[in-house]
Amino acid sequence: MKKDLKFYLKLFAGCLRISAFTFGGGYVIVPLIKKRFVDELGWVSEEKMLDYIAIGQSSPGPIAVNTAAMMGYGLAGLPGALVAVFATVLPPLVILSVVSVFYALVIENAVVRNVLRGMQAGVAAVVLDVVVDLVAAVTKSRRAVPVVLMAAAFVAAAVFKVNVAFIILASAAYGVLAVAKVRGKERGHDNP
Amino acid sequence: MTILKLFFAFFQVGLFTIGGGYAALPVIQNQVVDTYGWLTAAEFGDLITISQMTPGPIGINAATFVGMRIAGLPGAVVATVGCILAPCLIVLTLAALYKKYGELRAVRGVLSSLHPAVVGLIASAALSIALQALFPAGVSLTGLDIAAVVLVTAGLFALRRFKVNQITVMLAAGAIGGLFYSLVAR
Repeated sequence: MKKDLKFYLKLFAGCLRISAFTFGGGYVIVPLIKKRFVDELGWVSEEKMLDYIAIGQSSPGPIAVNTAAMMGYGLAGLPGALVAVFATVLPPLVILSVVSVFYALVIENAVVRNVLRGMQAGVAAVVLDVVVDLVAAVTKSRRAVPVVLMAAAFVAAAVFKVNVAFIILASAAYGVLAVAKVRGKERGHDNP
Repeated sequence: MTILKLFFAFFQVGLFTIGGGYAALPVIQNQVVDTYGWLTAAEFGDLITISQMTPGPIGINAATFVGMRIAGLPGAVVATVGCILAPCLIVLTLAALYKKYGELRAVRGVLSSLHPAVVGLIASAALSIALQALFPAGVSLTGLDIAAVVLVTAGLFALRRFKVNQITVMLAAGAIGGLFYSLVAR
């Protein structure tokens, strides 16, 4: 991939569009990133995307900004990260600057409320759509461990409301133990 | 001085919010309402409502909103930069390490055990977004919004069967829902 002006414009436009439509919390970027950068442009593999999200949400700060920084850096180093972060921050900065001036009007407007209520249903459909794909990718392997990890993370977050940072740390700890166990076995083979 | 205070208040919001979204609320409230008194509790409630109505991370929304009200556009920009500065430095460090060591077998092993957990977390977020859309007044037997059920089902059908663009689906749901709720319901 050539890192010319066209590349940076595409990166900027992609991140700007995603950020402008991230209604309802950080995770809404997932379907939008998958569609634009994984499926359409093919710049990022689904595996890398999940890496970026995992690292992005276990570090401090907004998930959308962190994930954009991870992806931008992965694609084009520091300039890529700066372009992606700038494009991600711009829409909320502009929109909130305008809204903060006459926010009472916006909050109390019934039509605005009704449009947003409808939009919430659209957001739900978009997020459910990508969840179907991602869950299918995990269960397709037909291995028990990933499915159990996925279910455990889901229950911990949805039922017990555990902070996602703890869930990520716990899964990482499991991963470290699993890697150590494989290593230990290999060493056993080397020196019987 | 005010600008500096804004910067440091939101620098802390960025640094001490782990897990995104609602984890940010108590940190923002602590800085903006309790420590500096930039917003009243009622205005903070308005800020949450606005954040839910507008795109973007709640931390950035709060930084822009408070910055604008305290010191105009420069305040908004400084508070936003403050909010993302620490996270960006940390993530860039992690991104550089990931680029260097991300392909090592041990690192891949750990990351690959994170993937299913991340999918579980996304599914959990999807569930709460869907419940919020289907039961706008809270989950109860009678609280199911039939119009929302139709919109979500039609949206999923359009996305999966006809590969309709996601943003089109969101905007169409907003337009149809806006018309329906304004004219027909209540």
